[in-house]
Amino acid sequence: MTAATVTAPLGRKGKVQPLAALRQTGTMAWRSLVSVKHNPLELVDYSVTPIMFVFLFTYVFGGQMAGTPQAYLQYALSGIIVQNTLFMSMYTAMSLNTDLTKGVFDRLRSLPIARSAPLFGRIAADLAKQLWAMLLMLGLGAALGFRITGGLGGFLGATLMLMIFAAAVAWTAVLIGMLAGDVEKVQVFAFVLIFPLTFTSSAFVRVDTMPGWLQAWVNVNPVTHLSDAFRGLLLGGEVAGPVLWSLVWAAGIAAVFIPLAMRSYRSRA
Amino acid sequence: MEFAIQAEGLAKSFKETHALAGVDLAARTGTVLGLLGPNGAGKTTAVRIFATLLTPDSGWARVGGHDVVREAGLVRAMIGLTGQYAAVDEKLTGTENLLMIGRLLGMGRAEARARAAELLERFHLEEAAGRAAKTYSGGMRRRLDLAASLVGRPQILFLDEPTTGLDPHSRGELWDMLRGLVAEGVTALLTTQYLNEADQLADEIVVIDKGRVIAEGTPDQLKSQVGGQVLQLRPVHPADLTKAHALVREAAGRARIEGEEITAPVNDLELLPSVVRRLDQAAIPVGELTLRRSSLDEVFLVLTGHRAEPEQPEDDAPDVGEQEKVGTPS
Repeated sequence: MTAATVTAPLGRKGKVQPLAALRQTGTMAWRSLVSVKHNPLELVDYSVTPIMFVFLFTYVFGGQMAGTPQAYLQYALSGIIVQNTLFMSMYTAMSLNTDLTKGVFDRLRSLPIARSAPLFGRIAADLAKQLWAMLLMLGLGAALGFRITGGLGGFLGATLMLMIFAAAVAWTAVLIGMLAGDVEKVQVFAFVLIFPLTFTSSAFVRVDTMPGWLQAWVNVNPVTHLSDAFRGLLLGGEVAGPVLWSLVWAAGIAAVFIPLAMRSYRSRA
Repeated sequence: MEFAIQAEGLAKSFKETHALAGVDLAARTGTVLGLLGPNGAGKTTAVRIFATLLTPDSGWARVGGHDVVREAGLVRAMIGLTGQYAAVDEKLTGTENLLMIGRLLGMGRAEARARAAELLERFHLEEAAGRAAKTYSGGMRRRLDLAASLVGRPQILFLDEPTTGLDPHSRGELWDMLRGLVAEGVTALLTTQYLNEADQLADEIVVIDKGRVIAEGTPDQLKSQVGGQVLQLRPVHPADLTKAHALVREAAGRARIEGEEITAPVNDLELLPSVVRRLDQAAIPVGELTLRRSSLDEVFLVLTGHRAEPEQPEDDAPDVGEQEKVGTPS
């Protein structure tokens, strides 16, 4: 071994240069994605539940809900995708929690790298996985008869909308991942929070079929706005309201949770 | 630089617990400093401060001449850290784990790859290089973890109980690897509960208990602190034990019964003949009578007032082996 120490790209006083920080974030994202290669099951993990949901909602509920499975699929696929996006955001919490409890963060923090690189890298990689799952479900939906009637612009807009929201929600996941004692607690928490949140929305059922007291909540539920925006963009139609509200919610979630998440990340990881 | 690692008055509290209550220590460049103490003595807290993972409440610490708080980035560029549990990404292969560190440290793709291959070979992991780390045995993980801490060729290494939970064979391997690194000029701070590990590897030892330094020096100096040698005798008849103990204590000033044996520190060359004379006068037949160097175990006993006890094996490490350890069961 030579005596030369690798000169990490540090500036004076040991500050990490912005460009180096960006590259380190890229390396951390690579790390989160490359593991899929050795655990193909991880991909199935992201895909099996949504695929199951698509089939279940289309063929079991579809007939009664909308007359024909195809008609219901046209409505519900967007909701299924939104629900899956929220569930998948909890993978961010779980993997951060694992890094924390297994000591991986200790190793990373003892390296001369940007403190934020492990966090931003993870979020970037998880957004890529979100995109993959969304495309997979749209593809499957198309095979079962779902039609994007909003055109390419609608498709791109819907994708962007979903990713913006996912990026905001990722910060709640960061906070949960930092605060939870172990991975099992993250899972329990996600289940308890996300299930009622997604079902008391317009994701799967039209709001006007619900009792008035429930509508009062459902109409402010961010999942409703996101589902309506995503569906509206994909299928074409009036979307200004839902898109605006979804963006407001995303901004609100980000404004509240980014500082909280960063604070607990800095103190724990 | 005379001291690669240096600290003065280091203190850190967690809520009510004083993990460190004013610790001074220093490791000469190119040597191994052993930080010895039972569970909860504050060893890990000290390492985490040196590795810039924690900031001290008071006191200061310098690593490679840089302050760990004000110049944390510069410290990080010089150190390698191997934790108590192997901090590798279980989903990545051995190669990818090292590649990640190399890339994070600013190496090019080819350079990082070459460095990974070099380290995997050095730590006998070439065959497992392409397998996910979750398939590795405990010893292999530890080696990969140590390799990961060496990617950037650090001149200063922190090893926090690197062999806890390893079987004797893997432990021996890790010792050899550490010796090799020190021979290349690396300075290491090694925490351990294993007495003979500190004895084997450390040039100097600092013994801490309850967040305070209770002794320091070379292994030999520590041993001579309790009397350079220990007199050990076993009466033929266990019934004579109490009587013999009283006689030895009279002669040596201090003695204790351990099982069927009596031990006493030897500070005076006259002790041995004096003990023999007294035993002869009292007509106590002795089966065994020896003089030996005191072990660090006894040093610890004298220093802390509590016995070095073998720890309960950890759940995930049933193969702790028969090695002596300092500490109380957690």
